[in-house]
Amino acid sequence: MSSTFDIVADVISETSEIPREKITPEMHAIDDLGIDSLDFLDIVFALDKKFGIKIPLEQWTQEVNAGKASVEEYFLLKNLCAHIDELIAKKNA
Amino acid sequence: MRLEYFQMIDSVVAFDAAAGTIHCRAIVPERSPVFEGHFPGYPIMPGVLLIETMAQASGYLILGLNELSRMPFFMGVKKAKFRKFIQPGATLDVHASLVHEGSGFTVTNARIEQDGPVCDAELTLRIMDFPAAELRGELVKRAEAIGLVPGAAPITEAT
Repeated sequence: MSSTFDIVADVISETSEIPREKITPEMHAIDDLGIDSLDFLDIVFALDKKFGIKIPLEQWTQEVNAGKASVEEYFLLKNLCAHIDELIAKKNA
Repeated sequence: MRLEYFQMIDSVVAFDAAAGTIHCRAIVPERSPVFEGHFPGYPIMPGVLLIETMAQASGYLILGLNELSRMPFFMGVKKAKFRKFIQPGATLDVHASLVHEGSGFTVTNARIEQDGPVCDAELTLRIMDFPAAELRGELVKRAEAIGLVPGAAPITEAT
């Protein structure tokens, strides 16, 4: 079974045409991979469908803009995957 | 349709909140400055205006679902295909259905028909608070004018 990171990396690679082998958990979606907000919406759409969840992107963005969370909290891939795992666990609870 | 005012939807034929679908009607005007350029001697609806028409139907679908509480802004189109020319005076059936309700965005499938398929696409709309009270006021009036009766099942945030 693929890990959350593998699935996320596959989706990013397919959506943003970034070579899969260049994507690692320590990468920042915006700073390192250069994904813009429109592409990120496509990624979130694909991940929502893939995992059957609703990633609260609007809430995350508000938290970052308000200084309540760092950009890394949600956009560093390993952190993004951890949040996705939490959402999946919540869905299955 | 009032092409110069970007009013593409003339009426709502059916809105089903539970199914997440809308069916609108749009009548292409017989005359418009748009047709003087597109094209001289062979007037047809520009493809971008057909996309706008599908986006507006999708927008009214979302406004119906969220009871005009937040504004959908067109931000992406994929897989757009144009299958036939549309001439002045044509009556178009415009359909949109909800594909995905994300956090702050919505994805729809939309299509236009006129004696068969005209065009179709997947559209992404960002959902935001109304940036101006005047805009919401005008949209409430416009929704009423075209016969959109907002339904149940407002779009809500994930917890």
